[in-house]
Amino acid sequence: MHNASKHLLFILAPLVVVFALLPGVYQNHLLLFNFVIFLILAQGVNIIYGFTGYLPFGYVGFFGAGAYGFAIMVMHLQTPAPLAVLVGGLVAVALGLLLTPLLRLSGAYFAIANLAASLAVLHFVANPALEGITKGPYGVSLTGTFNPTHAYYAAVIVMALTVGAVIYLKNSPFGLALQAVREDAVSASMAGVNIVKMRVIAWLASALVAGLAGGIYAWYVSVFYPDNVFSGEFSIFAIVFALFGGVATITGPIVGVLILYGIYNLIGFTTPQYFQLIYGLLIMGLVLFLPAGLVSLATRRGWHVP
Amino acid sequence: MTYALVAGVLFGLYFSLVGIGLNLVFGVMRIVNLAHGDILMLGAFIALGVVGIAGIDPLFAVPLAFVVFVLAGVLLYWVLVPRLQGSANPEMLSIILFFGLSQVIEAVTTIFAGTSERSIQSRLLGTVFTTIKVKWFGGKAGGAGPIQIFGQGFPAPWVIAAITSLIAIGFVYLYLYHTRLGTLTRAVMSRRDEALATGIDVDRVSAAAFGIGLGIAAVAGVFAPFMFGSVTPAFGADATVTSFAIVVLGSLGNPLGTALGGVVYGLCYMLVQTYLSSWADLLPYVLLIVILLLRPSGLLGRRVRVA
Repeated sequence: MHNASKHLLFILAPLVVVFALLPGVYQNHLLLFNFVIFLILAQGVNIIYGFTGYLPFGYVGFFGAGAYGFAIMVMHLQTPAPLAVLVGGLVAVALGLLLTPLLRLSGAYFAIANLAASLAVLHFVANPALEGITKGPYGVSLTGTFNPTHAYYAAVIVMALTVGAVIYLKNSPFGLALQAVREDAVSASMAGVNIVKMRVIAWLASALVAGLAGGIYAWYVSVFYPDNVFSGEFSIFAIVFALFGGVATITGPIVGVLILYGIYNLIGFTTPQYFQLIYGLLIMGLVLFLPAGLVSLATRRGWHVP
Repeated sequence: MTYALVAGVLFGLYFSLVGIGLNLVFGVMRIVNLAHGDILMLGAFIALGVVGIAGIDPLFAVPLAFVVFVLAGVLLYWVLVPRLQGSANPEMLSIILFFGLSQVIEAVTTIFAGTSERSIQSRLLGTVFTTIKVKWFGGKAGGAGPIQIFGQGFPAPWVIAAITSLIAIGFVYLYLYHTRLGTLTRAVMSRRDEALATGIDVDRVSAAAFGIGLGIAAVAGVFAPFMFGSVTPAFGADATVTSFAIVVLGSLGNPLGTALGGVVYGLCYMLVQTYLSSWADLLPYVLLIVILLLRPSGLLGRRVRVA
């Protein structure tokens, strides 16, 4: 059997089935929803960081842009929610296009500029001077479209698409070319890879999934403030989850989300500062001892991990 | 207008102090110290401790914070950095590593100090000067009032912070250009591998730079309660981004450029706050992005070859 279809059958299909059926068995739907959202974001980070090496430290900018794209469509144009989610994704892509010049920066410069960009978008949206459009810092209330069940299934669909995109990257010449660019841009371009086009496509793809996730998040929670949807925690969590499992793999980010976000929910809510301590130590230990993520435990033994 | 300009310069000098340690660390080690703001926060807590326990002028916290964090920095360097430099992509991983460190610092501070906002009465700062004045020249004892510059009154802590910043920047200059270790440091900054090849003990130089960078950050932190009103354990993250804006503005890897970057930043900040206050929050980020895109090497940067 072909590799890609094997991945679709044994990774994507069980994941989707499990998350589609769980709400019937398990009562805490908000928790399940958050798991799906973080799976999307972690895989989105995987697309841009794992395959191109750009660390999106302000990844939440796309998420928040998607949420506000959704909110503005619903508030001002009374669009139906699914359409507004799509618009949220497009808003994030537009923001991604606006930020493409950042791809000229390398290494830490890109990460810092991206962080600054996300904060700039936050302060732009939260500006009291724009209250007529975004409601400024006072938050958005979208009770008209509130429908957590539909929003949850929409999130599962977007998660399936995102994981599908990563499976495609893992098994296609395009993904291989991206990884070649990441390892050595000069050699890759000598081999006939169009570096700029490749990077921009990966960048916009990861912006799109984050924007869709943001739109669905807005749909699900229906009441939020700029500080909620632009919270730096989304970027950080997504990056750490992806890295913890191992980037540039399909399973790595999934494992990372399930383990770390699981721990977070076990101890994080009751004693946040102890969680923060454990989390910080975990991150440091990860970077110092397992820089390639959990999956490297298996790959070191010569097992192949998809 | 005069008020905004002078306040801008005063704040700018202080901002240079905030950024210079970060720049030293990045310039020498190519490591992004995301925990920089948290070191600032810890410096502020040292000042709180000095006032709370000993009840003396917070200025005494300056040498204490510096010494403590130079030692802590050297120690931390040996624990973290050599292992990090051995990995595949140290620059990227350093961001995540130091993010983890900042989480640990923030969590530990929260566990011990709680999340409430802390501040110090601003008249406590500089009491050592008034005491000396009273002892030597007679006159009335009491807190320092506003200081007059160009006919406008400015809070005394701003002026004291700005003067301390100037002195600290002067010391950094002396260290880099007039000591042997400083010369070696600059050698490592410009070409790490060649410095290694000529037999410079890169690790020792880097450890010193890391210690000094953290020490200066802690000194800047001592003044944070006065410049920003109050501090919380979560204050670190914002301070880090601001420091980055300043450092990049000046040019990464050139500590003296940071002084210029800080002043430019302070001026812009005060002017925008005076005339367009609701957009002032946006400024550091937009400035940072524009500078990165137009002149990635900063205002004073040399052209670097990007292979």
